[in-house]
Amino acid sequence: MNALSRGQSWLLHGGLLLVALVFPLVFPSSFMVNFGVLALFYAFIGQSWNIAGGFAGQLSFGHVVFFGAGAYASTILQMQYGLNAWWGLPASAVAGAVVGWVIGVLSFRAGLKGSYFALITLAFAETMRILANSVEITGGGMGMLIPAKPSVDNLQFAERIGFYYLILALTVASIAIAVWLKHSRFGAQLAAIRENEDSARALGINIFAEKVKVMMLSGAMAGLGGCFFAQYFLYIDPSIVFGVDKSVEMLLVSMIGGAGTVYGPLVGAVLLAGIGDVTRTLFDAQGLSLVLYGTLLVVIIAFLPNGLIDLFKRLWFWRNPTTAAAKVKATKAGVESKEGA
Amino acid sequence: MDLSIIASATINGLLLGGVYTLVASGLTLIYGVLHIINFAHGSMLMLAMFGVFYLLTKLGIDPYLSIFIMVPAMFAFGYLLYKGLIGRFAGGKDENILLITLGLAILIENLALMFFKGDTRTISVPYSDTMISLGTTLVPLPKLISFGAALGLCALLGLLITRTDTGKAIRAVAKERVGARLVGIDVDRVFAISYGIGLATLGAAACLLMPIFYVSPTTGHVFIMVAFTVVVLGGMGSFLGAVVGGLIVGLTESFGGLFLGESLGQIGIPVIFILILLFRPQGLFGAKQ
Amino acid sequence: MLRVQGLTKIFGGLRAVDNANVEVPEGRIVALIGPNGAGKTTLFACIAGFHQANAGQVTLMGKDITGLPVHEIARLGMVRTFQITQPFAKLSVHENIAVGAYQKYPDRRHAWEHARQVAEQVGMSSLLEQPASDLTVAGRKRLELARTLATGPKLLLLDEVMAGLNPSEIVDIIEVIQKIRASGVTVLLIEHVMQAVMSLSEHIYVLSYGKIIAEGAPREVVNNPAVIEAYLGRGAAEQAHPTDAASAETSHA
Repeated sequence: MNALSRGQSWLLHGGLLLVALVFPLVFPSSFMVNFGVLALFYAFIGQSWNIAGGFAGQLSFGHVVFFGAGAYASTILQMQYGLNAWWGLPASAVAGAVVGWVIGVLSFRAGLKGSYFALITLAFAETMRILANSVEITGGGMGMLIPAKPSVDNLQFAERIGFYYLILALTVASIAIAVWLKHSRFGAQLAAIRENEDSARALGINIFAEKVKVMMLSGAMAGLGGCFFAQYFLYIDPSIVFGVDKSVEMLLVSMIGGAGTVYGPLVGAVLLAGIGDVTRTLFDAQGLSLVLYGTLLVVIIAFLPNGLIDLFKRLWFWRNPTTAAAKVKATKAGVESKEGA
Repeated sequence: MDLSIIASATINGLLLGGVYTLVASGLTLIYGVLHIINFAHGSMLMLAMFGVFYLLTKLGIDPYLSIFIMVPAMFAFGYLLYKGLIGRFAGGKDENILLITLGLAILIENLALMFFKGDTRTISVPYSDTMISLGTTLVPLPKLISFGAALGLCALLGLLITRTDTGKAIRAVAKERVGARLVGIDVDRVFAISYGIGLATLGAAACLLMPIFYVSPTTGHVFIMVAFTVVVLGGMGSFLGAVVGGLIVGLTESFGGLFLGESLGQIGIPVIFILILLFRPQGLFGAKQ
Repeated sequence: MLRVQGLTKIFGGLRAVDNANVEVPEGRIVALIGPNGAGKTTLFACIAGFHQANAGQVTLMGKDITGLPVHEIARLGMVRTFQITQPFAKLSVHENIAVGAYQKYPDRRHAWEHARQVAEQVGMSSLLEQPASDLTVAGRKRLELARTLATGPKLLLLDEVMAGLNPSEIVDIIEVIQKIRASGVTVLLIEHVMQAVMSLSEHIYVLSYGKIIAEGAPREVVNNPAVIEAYLGRGAAEQAHPTDAASAETSHA
């Protein structure tokens, strides 16, 4: 099912990594580095959605709940308990995983799937937003401010490029996880669950357990994203880190790029960050980027449900007729020999 | 706790609940007939509310009179939208149509953001400040009118569904799609009409909400959660459920605000939604799946 | 291997399965036949854990598995195929079979290799890279078989695996099933295609209106008047074998 051979895959991974590593050195302006940070950030949190939604087929509309849990966990530990900011990383991952566990156990025990699951995650996110808005420890509606003390010790960087490499590391890890899923037993089971739960069950897969596991993994990743967000922007509040916008963005980059693919979220994220920057600088219209994005979502679902990556795959086959023809020939021969037998 | 405060909360909850019922009835109709979860419901209500706003501020039309403009306009919009876009995907995977309506919601909301900017808008009509007293409670007149109109319109909708031929066709399609087709009902047209009616209820609800609420491009978010909760509580596709659910949700919001404060009080709605989905997904009156 | 005792499944007012007793000895091929609607698939579903039986007990290799969840029963070595095939549509044939193989071999290389071998066993080697959604009906049936086989089962429940196949495909599958049994797997199958039932099974159970009305070796069962009546209606047995029918009638009452 892969368009590329093993060798070609590694070439792609290596090539992209190289590009990402030198990007801020080639384009050192503040604008470009910020673009890079945002693109990678969306790629990272998009990948977290993708793992649950694309790989395992559990679409959530409230993924921000994990993100916010991580953001608040990390910030509260830092601001209310005086812990060093670096503790925020494991704390946010754990917070995200725990919330993933809770939501997973509750929802899957009740047998929720498809649209119902999507909606209940939305409700969970809303609940957390309202809670965060109302309790003291989160600063209520005022949010929480992290004092700017740029130093690696505080998980802040004087130069933006520091944040760039941090989020790059996280994104590379998320891609590695996606690649692992494509080649592991766990990933195969998730794919089976996504495609047909009854068959998966009949083959011995404990779908409840696997689904909960994937929510924990996805939650941990989104939580980490929350920690990064807090450290980069130095301000969080309930409407930002528990609001619908982030849920939508996580979903959009994956669906548009290609749900269930390794690089889908990255493609979608680069596009989102790109469209965002272009519309902001050229048109100064608030919301235009999302108008384009919403339209893109409808178009993609309608005509290219497997996302832009699918488009690239088809172009690749079109440009490499030998590979394509060979594959078609092989499958045709296979079908014919069976028919004739 | 002072009895008059409880009475006040009850009355206000019920009054608001009446309008929630109207909003939710469109959603439940769309779900019952088309089996589509219309995620764009909230943003379309917002759009309609802006329509009412501009009808008043630019053309001086009273919001309650705008009903005669908004309802047909929204019906036409819904009908065309179904024919042009939604209808193509009605048969496909559940999740696809949910994503498409999500895409629509994003589109509409951000178009509104672009053109109307982010500020909140309210309207005032000459009778905005008139207070009517119900027992110990003082209620703004518009709230009372909206409640009455909402219930009236729900009753009208109910009559439409049960007494007219179109309504019968709608019920037939909702119950048994293939069978309906076999007896000669143009199912696709029924779908389009149902979607149109679903949006028409939003047109009406917008007229009733503008005098007592506010609108901004993000208002859709507020109402989508409320609408979903009412529908899920009442039971997907159940009209009676929308009525009962709407009133319960209105009361919950009102009492939530009373006992938990302005901020935390809102938590009742998503919590009800979660509890229903976890423990009684068919709602109060829905069919057991 | 498998013992079903007194299994009853009621849906509303309907007794879909009524006090069924089935025994499948190890290493044998046993068939479950009966007219449409007799309750065969429901019985299968109860045995495999997809439905909770209202009464009765299912024992697998001496262990009581009544009421256990489907995936646990599958892990204990009893897997089923579906009457209407349920492939993992977007995955390739190889990936489909691998899902089964992963139950036996947790690491990728072994699972992948085992899947390839099973595909060969079933005759699908040339189709490995195809997406499952592109397969013909015969291909899907084969895939379903391969997938369940890859889990390394002790007992295979095959639900109408012949349905929709043409005569030459049926001959192929019969061969495959015989090979499977030869490799040590016990088979319980639901089947309508008599050719397959007669050539494969050593013991047959006949189900009608939820009740087991006959069992025995293929030759016996096929000539059993009660069985003929179940398929062709009252009096059909008499028309076919007048004297046998008369004595069967008296023993019925």
